[in-house]
Amino acid sequence: MTDRIADVQAHETNSTRAVIKWLVVATMVALYLIIIPIVFADRLYVLRVLATASVLSLISLGVWLTFSIGRINLGQGGFALIGGYTTAILMTHWGISYWLALPASGILAALFGILLGLGILRLRGVYFAMITLSLTEAVRLAFLSGGSFTGGAPGIPVIPLPGPLSVLGLSIVPDFTRVNGHLAFYRLAAVLLILGFGVVWRISTSRVGWIFRSLQQNEDLSTSIGINITKYRVLAFGICCFYGGIGGSYFAAAQQSIYPAVFGVSDSVFFALYCFLGGLAYVVGPIVGAFVLFICFELLSANVAQEYQQFAYAAIMIAIMLWLPDGILSLRAPRWLVGRLRAGATAVDAAQRTTR
Amino acid sequence: MALLEVRDLTKRFGGLVAVDRVSFDVEEGSIFSVIGPNGAGKSTMFKLITSFLFPTSGRVTFAGEKITYLPAHVIARKGVVRTFQETAIFKEMTVLDNVVVAHHLRSRATTLGFFFGTRQARSDEASFRENAAEILDNLGLGHVSYERARNLPHGYLRGLGISIAMAAKPRLLLLDEPFAGMTFEETWQTVERVRAVRDRGVTVLLVEHDMQTVMRISDRIMVLNFGKKIAEGAPAEIQRNEAVVEAYLGREDEQLGI
Repeated sequence: MTDRIADVQAHETNSTRAVIKWLVVATMVALYLIIIPIVFADRLYVLRVLATASVLSLISLGVWLTFSIGRINLGQGGFALIGGYTTAILMTHWGISYWLALPASGILAALFGILLGLGILRLRGVYFAMITLSLTEAVRLAFLSGGSFTGGAPGIPVIPLPGPLSVLGLSIVPDFTRVNGHLAFYRLAAVLLILGFGVVWRISTSRVGWIFRSLQQNEDLSTSIGINITKYRVLAFGICCFYGGIGGSYFAAAQQSIYPAVFGVSDSVFFALYCFLGGLAYVVGPIVGAFVLFICFELLSANVAQEYQQFAYAAIMIAIMLWLPDGILSLRAPRWLVGRLRAGATAVDAAQRTTR
Repeated sequence: MALLEVRDLTKRFGGLVAVDRVSFDVEEGSIFSVIGPNGAGKSTMFKLITSFLFPTSGRVTFAGEKITYLPAHVIARKGVVRTFQETAIFKEMTVLDNVVVAHHLRSRATTLGFFFGTRQARSDEASFRENAAEILDNLGLGHVSYERARNLPHGYLRGLGISIAMAAKPRLLLLDEPFAGMTFEETWQTVERVRAVRDRGVTVLLVEHDMQTVMRISDRIMVLNFGKKIAEGAPAEIQRNEAVVEAYLGREDEQLGI
C-alpha cells in the first residue's frame, strides 16, 4: 500500500532533519553549559539572572505538564516551598548532604502531590485552579505555624552551601564553598534544566504523552477505550510536583535561607504565566516564557523608575494577552526547527509523509 | 449463555427510581436495541452497563464474568466499549490518525519500549496504521481518511466515533443514540456501519429514539418506560404490542375525548 520511493525519500529527509535537529540541540547545550559560564565568569549578576531563569523554567515545566492533561495548576508555589523546606530541614537539623536532600525534596513534594492529587484531580477548570491556589496559601501558612521545626516567620536563615559530591572516589561536584559560588550554582541550574527538559520532552513524545493529551481532549472517550485516567492524571501531577520540589530545593540552597514568604500565590501565578507566554503547545514554551519574562522584568527593574514598574509589567501583560494569546512560539518560526520541537508532532508528520 | 446478562438492575437517585429492576439478555452476534419515550431510563441504563454510573442494586454479567461495580476503563479492556455523542479524540488530527492514536493509547506494550526501541515502535506504528485503515474502509470512511476530524460532517463524525471504538477491539459495542440528528442518507450510512460492525463478530447494543430505523436494524428490541421494562422481543412483536403503543401514544380515554 505504501509507495516505496516516497518511503525511501521520506526516510532520507527524516534522517537529515534528525541530524540537523541534533546539531542544533548540541550547539545550544554547549552554549548554555560551557560557553556562557566561560564568557560571563566574572559577570556574577548575569550568571545569577540566567541561573534563576533556568530554575524558574524548570518549575514551570511541571506546570506545563499539568496543562497537558487539561488542568490549570496554580499550586506550584506551594510545592516549591515544600521542596525548599525539605532541603533546609534535612541539611540544618540532620546535617544531610545537599546531594541527598535535593532528590529527597523532589520526591517528598511528589508524594504530597500524589496524595492531594488523588482527591483534587477529579475537579476541572476553574475549580481545580481555585483549589490549587488555596493550596499555595495553605502550604505557606502550614510552614508559618510550624513552630521551631520550620522556624516560623523568619524560617530557616542559615543553610550551608552544598558540599562536594564524589562517586567511587571520583569527584563529580566540588565543594561550593571553595569555588566561585555563582558559577557553581549556574552550572547546577543548567544541568537541572537540561535533565528536566529532557525528561519532559521524552514523556511528551512518547505514548504517555499521547495519553496525557487525550485526557486533555476528552477524558470520557479515553476511559471508554480502556485508559485508567486516574492513574495518568496522578502521574502527571506527581511529576509536576517533583519539579516544583527540585526547584524549591535549588532556591533554598542558592539563597541559603528559606522562609514562608519565598513562594507565594503570585509565584504560582507566574509559573503558569510563563507557560502561557511561551506557548502551551510546545514543550519549550515554559522555558522561553520564563527566560523572556524574567529577563524582561530584571531589565525593567534596573532601568525603569520604581513608580512606573507596575505600570510597565501590566502593560506588557496586556500586550501579550492581546497579540500573543497562543504564546511567543506560535509566531512563524522556521518550520524545520519548530516541527521538531513541537511535542508529538514528529510521529504524525513522519507517518503522514510516508502514506500520502 | 448470553454475552451480556442483566439481572434486576436498579438505579435510584434519592427518591427517583430511574431504572427499576430491569433484566434482559443480549445474545452474541445480535443487534439489541433499547427504546422508550423520553425519560424512560435508557441513558441511565446505558451508563449503568458501561460503569459510568454504579447501580443501586442488580447484576451485570459479561461473558460469564460479573462486571458490576468494576471501573469503566477495566470493563472497556474486557471488551465492553461505548460511543459518545461527541467523538474525535484529536480534532486537529486526520481521521486516520485519530484511529491510529486510539490503537496507541490502548496498547499495553511497554512505554519504556517506546522510549528505546525505535524499530519496534516503527513496526507497531505500521501495524496500527494498517489496522486503522482497514477499520475505516470497513465502515465506509476510507475516502475521508486524510480529512481533519473537525471538518467532518455529523454523520462521518459518528462513524469516526465507531471506528475509534473498534480500535479498542470490543466484543460488545454500545452505541449511544447513533442515529440522532442525522439526515436520511446519513441514517442509511450508519445502518450499514452498524451492520458491518455486527458482521465482524461484534455484538451491538444500542439506545435510540428513531423507531423506524430501530425496527429495521434490530434482532431484538427492549422497550422501557418510567424505568421499567414493558416489552421485549423481535421488531414485529414490539410493533404490535399494546403496552408499547400506549407508552408512546397514550391510551384512548372516551371521557376526555382522546
